[in-house]
Amino acid sequence: MKELMLGNKAIARGLYEAGVKYVSSYPGTPSTEITEEVALYDEVYAEWAPNEKVATESALGASLAGARSFTAMKHVGLNVAADPLFTSAYTGVNGGMVICVADDPAMHSSQNEQDSRHYARAAKMPMLEPADSAECRDFTVLAYELSEKYDTPVLLRTCTRVAHSQSLVELKVRQEAGLKDYVKNPAKYVMNPGNAVKRHFAVEDRLKALKDYSETSPLNFAEMGDTALGFVCAGSCYQYVKEVFPNASVFKIGLSFPMPLDAIREFAGKVEKLVVVEELDGIFEQEIRAAGIRVDGGKDLFGNTGELSQSKIAAAMGLKAKEVSRFGEPVPGRPPVMCAGCPHRGVFYVLSKLKLTVTGDIGCYTLGASAPLSAMDSTVCMGASVSMLHGFNTVRPETSNKTVAVIGDSTFLHSGITSLTDIAYNRSISTVLILDNSITGMTGHQQNPATGYTLKMQQVPPVSLEKLCEAVGIRRVRSVDAYDLKAVEAAVKEELAADEPSVIICRRPCMLLKYVKPRPALSVEMDKCRACRSCMKLGCPAIRFEGGKAVIDANQCAGCGLCATLCAFGAIKEG
Amino acid sequence: MTKSIMIVGVGGQGTLLASRLIGHVLVEKGFDVKLSEVHGMSQRGGSVVTYVKYGEKVYSPIVDKGEADFILSFEAVEGARYLEMLKKDGTLITNTQEIYPITVITGGASYPAEPTQKLSKLCDVKAVDALALARAAGSEKAVNTVLIGVLSNYLPEIEQDAWLGAIEKLVKPKFVELNKKAFVSGREI
Ligand SMILES: Cc1ncc(C[n+]2csc(CCOP(=O)(O)OP(=O)(O)O)c2C)c(N)n1
Repeated sequence: MKELMLGNKAIARGLYEAGVKYVSSYPGTPSTEITEEVALYDEVYAEWAPNEKVATESALGASLAGARSFTAMKHVGLNVAADPLFTSAYTGVNGGMVICVADDPAMHSSQNEQDSRHYARAAKMPMLEPADSAECRDFTVLAYELSEKYDTPVLLRTCTRVAHSQSLVELKVRQEAGLKDYVKNPAKYVMNPGNAVKRHFAVEDRLKALKDYSETSPLNFAEMGDTALGFVCAGSCYQYVKEVFPNASVFKIGLSFPMPLDAIREFAGKVEKLVVVEELDGIFEQEIRAAGIRVDGGKDLFGNTGELSQSKIAAAMGLKAKEVSRFGEPVPGRPPVMCAGCPHRGVFYVLSKLKLTVTGDIGCYTLGASAPLSAMDSTVCMGASVSMLHGFNTVRPETSNKTVAVIGDSTFLHSGITSLTDIAYNRSISTVLILDNSITGMTGHQQNPATGYTLKMQQVPPVSLEKLCEAVGIRRVRSVDAYDLKAVEAAVKEELAADEPSVIICRRPCMLLKYVKPRPALSVEMDKCRACRSCMKLGCPAIRFEGGKAVIDANQCAGCGLCATLCAFGAIKEG
Repeated sequence: MTKSIMIVGVGGQGTLLASRLIGHVLVEKGFDVKLSEVHGMSQRGGSVVTYVKYGEKVYSPIVDKGEADFILSFEAVEGARYLEMLKKDGTLITNTQEIYPITVITGGASYPAEPTQKLSKLCDVKAVDALALARAAGSEKAVNTVLIGVLSNYLPEIEQDAWLGAIEKLVKPKFVELNKKAFVSGREI
């Protein structure tokens, strides 16, 4: 039976069919659905871990115990997991282990567009790159065979257009893999220098064996057509090339590290021009050139930024662009906004009003950086809000009463807690706001350790953010209702005035959560509205100005009441 | 021949379900089908785009400049934003509903006047008040099935029952009748 499936769902299917027993991940676009989908199979244990490093280490532990194990993350997640990644190449595996890393060229939902293929090279770990959903399933199953045969974790790399595209997949049945015996083997798993020195030789030998496999693997193959032009490509680039040049010769790479350089050399000998098509960095191109193979086009044609597409490849290859119509008038931008009723809005309104310097973090609340709130000075990576605030305040103590960090609940537990420990330990007078909306919002509502539920919706004791902050040494910890503008403002002012570190937990569940009861929509009494535009400072998508007065869209309004609090003329009322 | 449909709208309007519904019908008809979606940031009231491509063999999952046989636009200016994706002889099916983006609400940007009329001078346009039809069918949320109903007239290879069957399969049971009604109202326009 063939089914139309998201690439991520197809990977989940592959995990199921390969007999995988253990999955631990931290969400991140475009990788999140793999773990959500695999959690639907009763045969597979699946969990959300607090961060990618924990997820990867726990998957390695499950592998050591003999199970086939898995973790998925977005590209920047692999930075967090890089520590176990590199040394797990030395230990190798017991049960097969696969690490899926999802890149996001063009940054549809990311803070950078780093190229994960570098990690395969740096960690000396094989990497597979599927090009559609059928390959997502097939490569996942094969990755476990390679992992166990070559005794190494295997990287499975996708990108947004593979992870979030749907195509047809043939379903097969699950093959139980069972638990392999666990035998204590310190020489392989205790990576002290004495043992690791020897394991490094094993890593290099394994790479040679994998290189030989890569040369003849069915994952790497030439499709010979017209020999005037030969392309080398992998993943989504293969699809774009085939669409623009259906008759050209193509060398398709499926196992992208170690590269099949001899096979590519043979292919290059058969075509007049060799063009390497890859998104982001020129990794294939450099390795092909370094092997002494002539390359006639690559990064000089396609550049290092963004996604490729049919039209970009056609243009770079000198084909005439398709005729198109244009609207001819500017179309207003439509960036994402905080939802009407978002509990983050009021907090940013206060920060903006108080003109504070705000080190920010990553989540729905990063939208607080956008106009009209514009209340964010930095966003770098998860947890950085808190540690950057510490550094900022340490060298500028005189402004520490004008500076705060904001961080979401999931992000705080991911890596904010270690940063807060730095503040408490090294005593910078810093004020941290934890925006606790009781869910991991940005990536589409995943549970986290503070929500009280697991991925499989088991109820568990939630982490107490208050107690956690107190335990690392913060004495001033308080919580406020994020909808209560006055309370938020008072709390921020008081904690900024205090001469010791403090944490304010701004609490109110995301209003998109099913259990949050909608409140009645508000409306404007026209004769009372003086057009002062105070309500417009909130940047709420439900409020607009029409005929010189504020109007509230009852369909969008979530009844949070922030605008009513701000209206000095009492013009905004329920109903 | 591969055919390409681009679905554009505003986060929260149900464009994702629309592409999945169309994809489902096309697979049942025996086509090779690819859909492409972008999740994440785009959901929060931002501009959203999904692609549906079908034919004997589909390679790229994305629709590029000048390639769309149809643009199905859930909002009046979103079709204008992506007009350059439409084939010269393609058709823009658009909802006449206007949803002001935050840049217009609070920023200095202005919303073009009468976008649908202007578009009609630039390409083949089929305009419908999908919001009114969805309301008549019982819910504003059914804008997506109304528009699929309009699109269905342009895909003669697929009969009405196949569409209704897909609605039964993919829509929550509670909303099936409403969505079928919405679909038919769009189809009969
Ligand atoms: C290292 C890393 N892992 C994952 C992500 C993806 N990601 C971005 S924001 C976010 C979660 C934000 O949740 P939370 O802090 O609770 O804030 P909310 O979105 O709910 O406001 C995740 C998982 C990332 N950007 N970096």
